[in-house]
Amino acid sequence: MANVMTPVLLVAVIGLVCSALLVFASKVFHVEVDERVTQVREVLPGANCGGCGFAGCDDYASNLVADEALPCTKCSPGGAAVAAQIAEILGRAAGAAEPEVAQVLCNGTCGASKKVLEWQGLQSCKGAKGWFSSPNACMYGCIGLGDCVNACKFDAIGIVDGVARVNRENCVACGACAGACPQKIIKLVPKKSQVHVLCSSTDKGAVARKNCDNACIGCMKCTKVCNFDAIHVEDNLARIDYSKCKSCGLCAAECPTGAINSFRKLPKKKAAAPKMTPEQIEALKAKKAAEKAAAAAKEA
Amino acid sequence: MVNLIVIFMAIVLVNNFVLSQFLGICSFLGVSNKMSSAVGMGGAVVFVMVIAEAVTWPVMQLLNKFDIGYLQTVVFILVIAALVQFVEMFMKKYLPALQKALGIFLPLITTNCAILGATINAISYGYSFAESMVYSFGAGVGYMVAMILFAGIREEKLYNTEGVPTPFKGVGIILVSASIMALSFMGFTGMFQ
Repeated sequence: MANVMTPVLLVAVIGLVCSALLVFASKVFHVEVDERVTQVREVLPGANCGGCGFAGCDDYASNLVADEALPCTKCSPGGAAVAAQIAEILGRAAGAAEPEVAQVLCNGTCGASKKVLEWQGLQSCKGAKGWFSSPNACMYGCIGLGDCVNACKFDAIGIVDGVARVNRENCVACGACAGACPQKIIKLVPKKSQVHVLCSSTDKGAVARKNCDNACIGCMKCTKVCNFDAIHVEDNLARIDYSKCKSCGLCAAECPTGAINSFRKLPKKKAAAPKMTPEQIEALKAKKAAEKAAAAAKEA
Repeated sequence: MVNLIVIFMAIVLVNNFVLSQFLGICSFLGVSNKMSSAVGMGGAVVFVMVIAEAVTWPVMQLLNKFDIGYLQTVVFILVIAALVQFVEMFMKKYLPALQKALGIFLPLITTNCAILGATINAISYGYSFAESMVYSFGAGVGYMVAMILFAGIREEKLYNTEGVPTPFKGVGIILVSASIMALSFMGFTGMFQ
């Protein structure tokens, strides 16, 4: 009997001592936390994405309680529902939060944008930009090495054809990609707006066009066609005033280079690429295959 | 003194916890995707390993006295979990900056197998108190070294998985690179007796 009792007692005593220590510690080291902080924290989604500008949900909750003026609509993943709940806990007006989404303002795809060098260093946009302004001829556009993809915690951005593209369904507008982009071409835009100028080049029209087929050349056609005074050319680049834009897509249809993109499907005045005849397509395929073979031979 | 240095170097390089004893693999793979979190996690492991060793060594003497050394695993888990909880509360009150720096990692590793492994190993080797402290510190440093090296590899090379064959993408290539790293650490074998 004694053989069984000793270990049981000993472990029980150790457990008791530990729990007594913890009870004691929770009293002595108790830090006063406003109970509203706990409540607000429970409402927040807990993704710790940092989209609100604080170091996580805990930090945002404590700042919300501490700072009366801080808007409770900053949590993009939570959206309006969370904002309303926070407002209820804190006893203030919720205010309407415009749902936002990240948008990459560049359309310099592999075919459209000219490359000036093959970057083989560190595969990160920051690295490439650190050595050269950009491996592309256009020094404003997307470098396409995926710093934003690595920053995104929601799997909402990917590199397609050399340019970062946002998956609008997954995007929660936390702004992590915008912060990671060394070119600063990712912007948070109202989710409801469908028309965007997918170019960030402030080069003069001729230069911009030379560097990239899809560049904004500042021709002002969009300004003239807009019925709502919502698009203006500044520094050789068309810029949309989202507070006025009704996403009608007229400018996108008018744009000669295809720099303005509309998610709405409107018949385009000019097709982005002229249609190829079957013979041309075959020729292109053969050419590509030959190139591939040559590259493979080189490697071997 | 030489003895302590040998213990330290041996556990950091030759018997590296992650790469040759395969302890703490879960957190090693889970938290090594970013350099900053790898450093935070490594720091927290070093910290917890050392204080856990400092507490479990006397506890082991107590267990030996009553001749129930076979209970060490159970008792150690209990003691370490309570201890980490206690330290966290203490830091929250008096060292909020450190608590913020270690952040979420501290509660995460309360009963990490690397922590438990370090304490149990040190005792099974029959180390003295000073030796086991150096051993557990070295084990933590070894873990941190492995974490930082691997985070470096993942940040730089596994970012862009274009060259990776499709079946290996994701976790596959991570495991492959971890095992290659473990192989390279085998080069240290026999450096210290």
